[in-house]
This record gives sequence, C-alpha cells and structure tokens, in this order.
Amino acid sequence: MTSSSPSPTTDVDKPGDHRRAAEPDLAVIAATAPIEGGVGDYFRTYRQRVRSGDMGSLPAVAGLIVLVIVFWSLRPQFGSLANFSDLLKQSSPTIFIAMGLVFVLLLGEIDLAAGTAGGVCATLMARVSVGYGWPWPFAIGAALVAGVAIGFFTGSLCAKVRIPSFVVTLALFLAFQGVILFIVLNGAGAHGNISITDNFITNLYNGQMDPWLGWALAVVAIVSYALIKLQQVRSRSKAGLTAEPIALVAIKVAALAVIAGLAVYLLNLNRGGTGGSQLINQGGKLVLVKPPALQGVPWVVLIMMFFFALWTFVLSRTRYGRHVYATGGNTEAARRAGIRVDLIRISVFMISSFMAAVGGVLLASNTHSVDANTGGGNTLLLAVGAAVIGGTSLFGGRGRPADAIIGGFVVAVIANGMADLVQGNNRDSIQFIVTGAVLLLAAAVDALSRRRSGATGVG
Amino acid sequence: MTEPILALRGIDKSFGPVHVLRSVDFSARPGEVTALVGDNGAGKSTLIKCIGGTYTIDAGEYHFEGRPVSVHSPRAASELGIEIVYQDLALCDNLDIVQNMFLGRENHRGVLLDEISMEKAAAGALESLSVRTVKSVRQRVSSLSGGQRQTVAIAKSVLWQSKVVLLDEPTAALGVAQTAQVLDLVRRLADQGIAVVLISHNMLDVLQVADKIAVLYLGQMAATVDRKDVDQQQLVELITTGRTGSIGIGSNHATAGTV
Repeated sequence: MTSSSPSPTTDVDKPGDHRRAAEPDLAVIAATAPIEGGVGDYFRTYRQRVRSGDMGSLPAVAGLIVLVIVFWSLRPQFGSLANFSDLLKQSSPTIFIAMGLVFVLLLGEIDLAAGTAGGVCATLMARVSVGYGWPWPFAIGAALVAGVAIGFFTGSLCAKVRIPSFVVTLALFLAFQGVILFIVLNGAGAHGNISITDNFITNLYNGQMDPWLGWALAVVAIVSYALIKLQQVRSRSKAGLTAEPIALVAIKVAALAVIAGLAVYLLNLNRGGTGGSQLINQGGKLVLVKPPALQGVPWVVLIMMFFFALWTFVLSRTRYGRHVYATGGNTEAARRAGIRVDLIRISVFMISSFMAAVGGVLLASNTHSVDANTGGGNTLLLAVGAAVIGGTSLFGGRGRPADAIIGGFVVAVIANGMADLVQGNNRDSIQFIVTGAVLLLAAAVDALSRRRSGATGVG
Repeated sequence: MTEPILALRGIDKSFGPVHVLRSVDFSARPGEVTALVGDNGAGKSTLIKCIGGTYTIDAGEYHFEGRPVSVHSPRAASELGIEIVYQDLALCDNLDIVQNMFLGRENHRGVLLDEISMEKAAAGALESLSVRTVKSVRQRVSSLSGGQRQTVAIAKSVLWQSKVVLLDEPTAALGVAQTAQVLDLVRRLADQGIAVVLISHNMLDVLQVADKIAVLYLGQMAATVDRKDVDQQQLVELITTGRTGSIGIGSNHATAGTV
C-alpha cells in the first residue's frame, strides 16, 4: 500500500472559481492508469459494456443491415442509385426532428408536439415567403425563431408550472394543428395549399451539390475526424492517461473513409435516366434528347452532417451537455450539484422545437408546398421511433445525436422498402403495422437493457 | 487540543409548534471523527440540515473557523467548505466517476470541457485515500458496488478540499467487508486533517472509528464524550435515556467534553 499524502496545492485562483480541485502529483496517477491498452482490451471492455445492457446503436445498425439485405434481395430496384439518394432525402425530416427529441428524451421527457410544431414553422415560412414575398433567409429565419419560441413556451410550462411534459405537449399537439390550419387559411397569398416558389427553399430537399463539392466535403469530414482523434490521443498520453490505441484510431478513420468515399462515389454517378437518349416529339418533329444528368450528393446530407456535428459537440464536449446527461440520469443529484435543472429542462424543449422547425422546413421543401397536414399524421411518431430505435432511452440519461441518424435510416428504409414491396390497397396499412412493430421492438430492447444494467449495477 | 473548525452554540429549531432542537451545542475538530448518534426523532437529520444550510436556525450561534457565519443555503455551506454526503449519495448512474466527482463544477477551457485535468485530479483524490477497489476512473457509476459508490461520494469531498465532511449513515446499506472499507476511508479522511462528522445508527461502527461521540436525545445534546470514556453499554443508555451514570442530561457534567 503506497500511502501518498495529499499533495500540497499551490492556490492559483481562477477568477470566479471559489474553490479549485486539488491538483494531484503525477507519480500518483501513473500508478492507477496504464499508459497504453491494446486494441484487444478495447474490444473486451466494449463487449462487457454491451453485455451489461449498454448496447447503444448496435441493435439498430444490425437491424439496418438486415433490412437492406432483405429488401434488396426481394426487389433489386431497392438498391438502385436513385433509390439510395431518395433514402437519404426521405430520412432527413425524421432525422432532424429526432435529433431534437434526443435532447428531450435524455431528460426522460417527451415532446409529442414536435411534429406539429414543425408544421407551424413550415406553414409560417410558406406564408411569409409566398404571401408576403419575404426573401428566403427571412422566411427560414422566421420558421427557426418560431421554433425556438415554441420550445421556450413548452419548456416553461413543464419546468416552471410543472405540468408533465406528456400532457403539455399532447395539448399543444392538438392546438398546433389549429394554428397550422389558421395559417394556411388566412393572410395574403394562396389559401389551403400554399405552393412554395422560392428556389432556395425547394432546393434544400431536392437539390444536389456539384460532384467536386461532395468529394471536398468527404475529405473535410475524414480529415477533421482524424485530427480530432489524434489530438485526443496525443494530449491524453502526454498527460499520462490511458489513451485509445493508435491502431484503433486508424481502423476507425479508415472505416469512415471507406464509407464516406463509397457513398460520395455512388451519389456522384449519374442516377438520372437509365438507358440512352430518347426520341421525343417536339412540335411535330422527332428529336433525340439525352435525359438530364442527375448526380451529386443531396444538400440534405450537408445539413445533416452540420447538425450532427453541432449537437454531438454540444452534448459530449461542453458543460451544458454534461448537465443535460446529469439531469437525465439523476435530477436530484444534478440539483444538489448546483445545476439549474429548470433552465436545462426549458432549453431541451427549445432545441427540440428548433430542430422540429428545421424538419418542418425540409418537409415543405420536399413537397414544394404546405397544407393543413404538414407536420401532422405520423411525423412525430416516426421521429420518436427513430430516436428510440437508434438507441436513445425513453427513461432518460442515455442517447446521442447519432442515434437519431441511424434510427432515421431504419425508419426510412422500412417505409421505402415496404412501399416498393407491397403494392395495391394494403400498401399503407402494412407499412404502418411494420413500422409500429419495429418501434415496439426497439422500446422493448430499451426497457430490457435498462433492467439488465440495473441488475449488474448492484454488484 | 485543536480549536473546533465548526462550532454551534445554543441552536434552536422548531417547525411550527414542534421544538426539534433545543439549545444544542455541537462542534467538530480538524483531524477528528465526531460521531453524531441518537434515536429516531432525536434531531440528527435536522441538525445536519441546519449545518448544511438546508434549514436555517431559529436561534443560536454558528461559528466556522472561529468566525460567526450565517448559513442560509446549501451553496453557502459548500462555499465555506462544508460537504454533506447524503445517504442516497446523489450520483448519476449514467455518468462515469470523473464526471460525477466534478458534477456542476467542471473544469473547462472556453466552451470545451477540460477532461484531462479532471481525470487526473479525480484519480489523485482517490489515490490519496488509498482507494484500490476502483478499476478505472472512467467506469460508469452504474457498474459500481454500493461501497464503491460511497467511496466516490466521499472522495468528492477530498477533491474539493472540503474542511468539514458530514456523512449520513454511510454504512447503512453495506455488507461487512464493504463497511470495513468505508470505515477505513472515514479514518483516512480525518487523517488528512478534515473534520469528519459521522451520523450512524450502528454502535459498532461508531465505537470503531469515532474520536468523539455526540449524543442527541429528544432534541437536546445529552452529552459529548470522548470515545475512550464510554463503552457500548453506556452509549446505548445515553441514546435511549439521555443519561448514564454521571454523564448526560440532569447530571453535573451535563455537557462533558464540549467547548
């Protein structure tokens, strides 16, 4: 037993900090932390974590792979280039709403109004853009500001008035349907169904970037990921702490490079018309027309990457994110640690509604229009499903923005694959049943893994 | 004898018509373990919450490091250097040990969390208490045993250089081996020069680890005695009747040992 006396600390007071943590001496640390663990060690600890019930996105990734294989083998069209790009686009509104919901779910709360809140923002954008001629930055800005304001309202009702979020957002879910209806039926411009004419807004969902831009984006993503990882390893091993083995970092970077490279390559191939030129009757004359080239990474991928990076950074690298996890894990502990739990609660609803607004803008961009049903229907349930399928817990404390993306792909693959597969009258009914079943399955996995980690926790 | 770092004199506290604490004197000295014992309803929890700032005292003097202070909130208490480790520990299961120990007081550079300095400091605090039971400071708290959780909660007060640490029934939920470990830890905490106040129902724990024993009886301080002056029999009598032999309420040496 090495009895090391507590190191005498030299007090260099940082302004504002009343008390500082004791600075340990380095010799002491070296005894507790091995400098380097092998790749094998990391896989072992990972396996241990999975077995103790902390599965993260593992079931979702496995499910995604199975679904893709099944749909592709049943219907080759599913794997076409055009469908690949469609999948990315179709999943995007769900993913954006789900990313916001992850924050709310982290606190163990729910935002049932996220879908219709997105609808309110989208119709507002359409009204001011089409009816009042606002340029797109102001129209989209109005939608996003409205989203933040809605979230502030919702969050205040939950945190200050202390109404359970389930009730608040259920009430708002209904009320917002009325607001949507009001916006589409009143004000300048078309009523009922508002067609969006602004090219920028419609291109958000439907447009693709130049092929070179796709490559540039992939390179930037891979290089920044590698740099961040290497910087982490370097500063940790310099400080004498256990660092991720460099081999594992290399594997991760290589995997990202392969996936990103393949995706960009495929999306940059021409997925426009299949086959050659076609004879078209033009004013009585037959002309040979080449089908327009359709290639490039959809813009939605850039928006997705942006928000993914932003929210991942916020949750894992900032004090705010740490406090969100703490509040979700043990509200009382967070309160005693001096965290303003009420402000955290309000803020997650603001993020949720903001992301719902982003999702709503893309829903409108997709159809070039808004109507009374924008953001209604199963929009919200698919987003909740995406977050939970991706591995975010309904009980709070566990979840990441990446869950929203993986889960969003699963939901989109089911919708897309089923739509291809089942034709005729029962198309929608079967799709609803299957999506519902998958959501139930994900919730069951969540509940069971929670029970399991609870059981291993008291060892 | 060292001066008490924490000294309460003539503390009164009532909730409506219920007089919970009546003219209570209590003190804790650096480097000593002061056990606070008493039957259910004797006022232990109320006294602790008064010290910790959850309740404000109705009357009496609150001295800290020789100066009179007024503690009106938990934050004020923790700013003085008084840390309370509650029975339910207040740890977040979904966070790891480092994250829990720094919760609410994270080191940061700009907007970024400074994980490296936090991890080093947390490991250092555990090491200074000779904690060997924890495999990695990056373990999630959900994977820790009850004793390990208690260890983390206690190490937090070392990390934050607390001067007075109040432990509320730290061994209540633990098995024999883990109880021994935690009592060991309590001793080492005091050896670091911290004034430790141990609230416990368990006579054996108290007799094993305490230097001073303060006995509350129906809201009054029945006696504050040196550990070496009492045996288990006398302690039980003090707790249940408020007096034993010449010590206790109604005797001449009513508050033997208090300052």
